Amino acid sequence: MPGRSRLLLQRGQEGEGGALMKPKLGVFSFTSCEGCQLTILNLEDQMLDLLGAVEIVNFREAIDDRRNDYDVAFVEGSITTPEEVEEVQAIRGRAKILVAIGACATIGGINALKNRHDLATTKQKVYGDGARHFPSEPTRRVRDVVPVDYEMHGCPIDKIELVRVTKSLLLGQIPLPSEHALCTECKQRVNVCLYDKGICCIGPIVRSGCGAICPAFGEACVACRGFLSHPNIASMVEILKSKGLSRAEVEDRLTQFNSLTPVDLSPYYLS
Amino acid sequence: MKGYEINVHHITRVEGHGNVVVNVRDGRIEDLRLEIVEAPRFFEVMLEGRKWDEAASITARICGICAIGHTMASILASEDALGIVPDEETKLLRKLLIDGETIQSHILHLYFLVAPDFFNVGSVIPLAGTHPEVVKRALRLKKLGNEICEILAGRKIHPIGVLPGGFARWPLPEEILRVRKILEDARPDLEATVELFKTLKMPELERKTEYVALKAPGEYAFYTGDIASSLGKVTPPQTYLDRISERVVSHSAAKHVKAQAESYAVGARARLNINHEMLRPWAKGVLKALGLKPPLTNPFHNNTAQLIEVLHCYENAIEMCDELLARKGYVHRMKQPTKYGRGAGASEVPRGVLFHDYTLDADGRITKANCIIPTGQNLANIEADMHTLVGQMAGREPQEIQRGLEMLVRAYDPCISCATHFLEVRFV
Repeated sequence: MPGRSRLLLQRGQEGEGGALMKPKLGVFSFTSCEGCQLTILNLEDQMLDLLGAVEIVNFREAIDDRRNDYDVAFVEGSITTPEEVEEVQAIRGRAKILVAIGACATIGGINALKNRHDLATTKQKVYGDGARHFPSEPTRRVRDVVPVDYEMHGCPIDKIELVRVTKSLLLGQIPLPSEHALCTECKQRVNVCLYDKGICCIGPIVRSGCGAICPAFGEACVACRGFLSHPNIASMVEILKSKGLSRAEVEDRLTQFNSLTPVDLSPYYLS
Repeated sequence: MKGYEINVHHITRVEGHGNVVVNVRDGRIEDLRLEIVEAPRFFEVMLEGRKWDEAASITARICGICAIGHTMASILASEDALGIVPDEETKLLRKLLIDGETIQSHILHLYFLVAPDFFNVGSVIPLAGTHPEVVKRALRLKKLGNEICEILAGRKIHPIGVLPGGFARWPLPEEILRVRKILEDARPDLEATVELFKTLKMPELERKTEYVALKAPGEYAFYTGDIASSLGKVTPPQTYLDRISERVVSHSAAKHVKAQAESYAVGARARLNINHEMLRPWAKGVLKALGLKPPLTNPFHNNTAQLIEVLHCYENAIEMCDELLARKGYVHRMKQPTKYGRGAGASEVPRGVLFHDYTLDADGRITKANCIIPTGQNLANIEADMHTLVGQMAGREPQEIQRGLEMLVRAYDPCISCATHFLEVRFV
């Protein structure tokens, strides 16, 4: 990974009076539902430990301070306006480590559904003649705009993973994201496969890490962590077709969170 | 009196991005705006062409704080469009989830966003050092709401399996018992919360306005109900377009909304003003003990109304658990669509009444969607209150006025990222 050495936080840096300085954290939010930064606030059991380990210097939803001397930036949301492009570039310039958090930031997520529509028409429909007041660009992931050091996937991010990744960063390590299919976690959790209940699921081509939480609560995976690097699309489509899903219904599954990673279905629908 | 300018870029301790702009010259307000600068997300357009069974999952993502509320309004609209009538047990479980979310959201607002103003600090973080017992209690109570939702629907932010027709997974009796136990154990913390907020004196501000909330027979309406206004009429949710109208204003990516008066308020205070007789006993008792008599005309008392609602939801949640536990032998079955048409749904979410409206084509795909968000409905009212407050504070230091304005905006608990998703432009 280029520039990896610069990712390592300097541990045990001494501040004034010989006290150990805590790494400084900034939390930033772009186009999103703010559910991922809320997940940070939802670390009820770990909150006091977290505040002991890092100094939060910028977190608009929770604190008044807005300092720019952060070491680590957690960035939530997709980039969808010119102003957001400038802001995320400024954050990248200041942070030693930039972590994109949540599906909007890492894969475009629900926000990317917008890109399936003509933007000018969309703006006209929503704001009418007022559209010119509200600049909006096609949805982009954070890494489409600035270099990203780590991506924490999920909609929303998972609390346990959040703690694990934060700990790794504090130890000067960059954890590796999962490259196992969701099905492995479904098996670990001893979920009954949804196909055995007559429900179609695209878990076999989706990156795990969430503990298969949706199948555990009876719902098919929505692929909010994105596809595996080398998903077996051909087999997945064959299975969905054999269960009677139309081409449009297969496309629904593949696009709800992943419109920025388009899958060409035409080879599988030659007839 | 000399003039002054206030310019708060991205007001803190609120959900989403908003600016407060005030310009006073020779004692006259020349400019006063609550600018909504959140990036628009265009949910209603994103829903177009999607299958009906995706709507709840997509619209939950409008807001991380009130995801359960959006899910409820979405499934109510979908069920109306699909000709589904959910069974009574499904409604009980939905109400229990709403209680969990409301407790979580109100506690987050009261302790984490509002309380720092009263302790004269910039966030809850310094309180961890000076008032650790307050912070620990706040975290425990916030966890309470989250845990209820996690046990019943996997998580609070974007619940799983809460669908038109029912639940993809019905909880086991022992899980409902666990929820009940968690609730019971929280009582001392809630009692301490009441004692704490009794000591916080809300700033004074009086302005007559219109209040809009849902009303349902025999209960303090959250799950659903008819649209009620303090200025009269009660009509079904499907009539929402006749009751209110939206307009685009250039400084707000969220449209402004009006009902009968020039502006109206929704949220905890509006609900309490319209439904206070239906509050459960403890909530009603505390309201009385605080010496408050509805209607609460001071917008800062939205904070107080949230406190009262936390108690109400707590009592209601225990009741829902008991009702669910009493239905032994119940087997949950999802109900299936009987038609594809148009449907509207209304539900009370932490910040006020929320409307979703979908039109489906013959394949069950959405051709048109509309969502009207509580914070959007409050915006015009917040600005009107800001005008009154600036007038009332004339002669004070601009810094003090700015602080007052920020506290006022915060009292409404605006959810700005939520509010920037509207379709259907209607100029009035």
